[in-house]
Amino acid sequence: MTTGSSNAGPAHKLVEAGVTLLIALFGAIVIAGSLKAGVNWGAEGPRAGFFPFYIGIFIVASSAINLWNGLRDGDDGLFAEWGQLRQVMSVVIPTAIYVGAMPFTGLYIASMVFIAWFMRWLGKYPWLTVLAVSLGMPIITYFIFERWFLVPLPKGPVEEWLGL
Amino acid sequence: MEELVNLFHGFAVALQPFNIMVMVLGIVLGVLIGVLPGLGGANGVAILLPLTFSMPPTSAIIMLSCIYWGALFGGAITSILFNIPGEPWSVATTFDGYPMAQQGKAGEALTAAFTSSFVGALFAVVMITLVAPLVASFALQFGPAEKFAVYFLAFCSFVGLSKEPPFKTIAAMMIGFALAAVGLDSITGQLRLTFGITHLLNGFDFLIAVIGLFGIGEILLTMEEGLAFRGGNAKINLRVVIQTWKELPSYWVTSVRSCLIGCWMGVTPAGATPASFMSYGIAKRVSKRGSNFGKGEIEGVVAPETAAHAAGTAALLPMLSLGVPGSPTAAVLLGGLLIWGLQPGPMLFVEQKEFVWGLIASMYLGNIVGLIVVLTCVPVFAAILRVPFSIIAPLILVLCAIGAYSVHSSTFDVVLMLVFGVIGYLLKKCNYPLAPLVLAIVLGDKAEEAFRQSLLGSQGSLGIFFSNTLVSTIMALGLVALFWSLIQQGYTRLRGEVHKPA
Repeated sequence: MTTGSSNAGPAHKLVEAGVTLLIALFGAIVIAGSLKAGVNWGAEGPRAGFFPFYIGIFIVASSAINLWNGLRDGDDGLFAEWGQLRQVMSVVIPTAIYVGAMPFTGLYIASMVFIAWFMRWLGKYPWLTVLAVSLGMPIITYFIFERWFLVPLPKGPVEEWLGL
Repeated sequence: MEELVNLFHGFAVALQPFNIMVMVLGIVLGVLIGVLPGLGGANGVAILLPLTFSMPPTSAIIMLSCIYWGALFGGAITSILFNIPGEPWSVATTFDGYPMAQQGKAGEALTAAFTSSFVGALFAVVMITLVAPLVASFALQFGPAEKFAVYFLAFCSFVGLSKEPPFKTIAAMMIGFALAAVGLDSITGQLRLTFGITHLLNGFDFLIAVIGLFGIGEILLTMEEGLAFRGGNAKINLRVVIQTWKELPSYWVTSVRSCLIGCWMGVTPAGATPASFMSYGIAKRVSKRGSNFGKGEIEGVVAPETAAHAAGTAALLPMLSLGVPGSPTAAVLLGGLLIWGLQPGPMLFVEQKEFVWGLIASMYLGNIVGLIVVLTCVPVFAAILRVPFSIIAPLILVLCAIGAYSVHSSTFDVVLMLVFGVIGYLLKKCNYPLAPLVLAIVLGDKAEEAFRQSLLGSQGSLGIFFSNTLVSTIMALGLVALFWSLIQQGYTRLRGEVHKPA
């Protein structure tokens, strides 16, 4: 778990144990929610929480076994190198910003900026190519989805101003 | 014999120039819908339903069913090229189709997928033509216990046949069941697992989960490797098509078995998704090249595609003969029939002979037209593979966002999609299989409903799942599938013991 050298990164064992614990936590939440909905036999047969309650128990039990197996396993490998995780985050963070911006800017403007950013900074494409794709894709999207298939997509102030 | 005469009359209707034009248009629109993630067959048929209001009923239903065939073909394209299954029944196609594309064999994989779909659908149409009344009466006998047993079998075969550790498969599957349980309980009408969050009232749609887990997750995994797109160059031309066709007849046993599984699952109506998974699982277990499954084995594309299309087509049988739709798309088609004042059910075959047999004839022709259209357009799909990853990745991400949004017109779903994407990346890296998770989200509701209805009928006794020969047989098969690897280990050990003293 040291940073600095190029082939360092979080240990696989540790991340896997973390993921397993998160799954177990999810199972516990399912059990809690089921208990609230009622897990016993009601007037209409098994109550709403009956089925998910046992599902929750299965999740917690199988997570316990997975945790045990994972910790016993002699795998000392890396989950991923820090550089690789940076690459992954370089997509996750902009995508999160893109998704977060969508309700305010609408889908088209957000998509244009997102595609342009991706192509220019990660792909190092010339501006002309960047412009062509980042403008072309939303326009094609507009015609296919909104015009042909009549699927309304989220719009923002610019689309309103353009009267779309 | 009477059926054959009726069928020929049907062909005369379907072969009118206007109907042929409608067929081609339907297929092209369907492929387009199938390729766009998030716009599945049912959505596509529903969205385009108004287009057909001005047409005569026979032409309209021909167009709608051709959109359906087109969407089925289109689903295979994204599964193979991008590992994004547009429909749940395409999930099993990704297991071997995507590795084939990565090895530069996208052309072979696509040709195998399209041809198998065609074979599966054709088999089911022949079945519909010949045994319609018989099979329909059999499906009438299916109670909730039998239905649950079929789901049980599908899920158990997953645990027993998965190459991932069994408890990881179970954990993934149970997460799917839990997600499917969120929202309104269909039996009691009570809210559950929503914790006061209004966005969760409708529960989790499998499409959002699929787009996130597979689409976004795959892009994150690819980013980890750098910006190299692993699709590679694919040579797709007539030669590849013919070469693949020459190879396909050697898998005839797999094809026939998949056709039978598909038809049975389509009519019962468990649907195309368990059919494709079950067919894949059995093929993996039985095939001589079973150990190569998941690494790019053409038989691993043939089995699920054949079964899924046989099931998808067979699902129209109960819709036409009983008025019970066997799949979501069949339900939308049923809605279309009602709009034109046609009442599906046994009487439809008597009162609207021309319509029914015109539709059945169009199933034959629509599939032939579909195969020709998709095969001739394969170079266009292959061209997508040659576009560099840093261009195609943001486009796929935007398309995924559009797909996720258009399911319920909700930006919350787009956020969920991203969350599922990150979860998919983590689970995949930690060796958790994603397919059973998705399968459980899709079938969770139905499996639970069947389970609770069965228990209600038996006053809580689990004995109902072994109360007659049919349900007991299916349940026993499920248990064998669940403990398959243990049974196999025991058998191997036993054989070792026998050989030792000698």
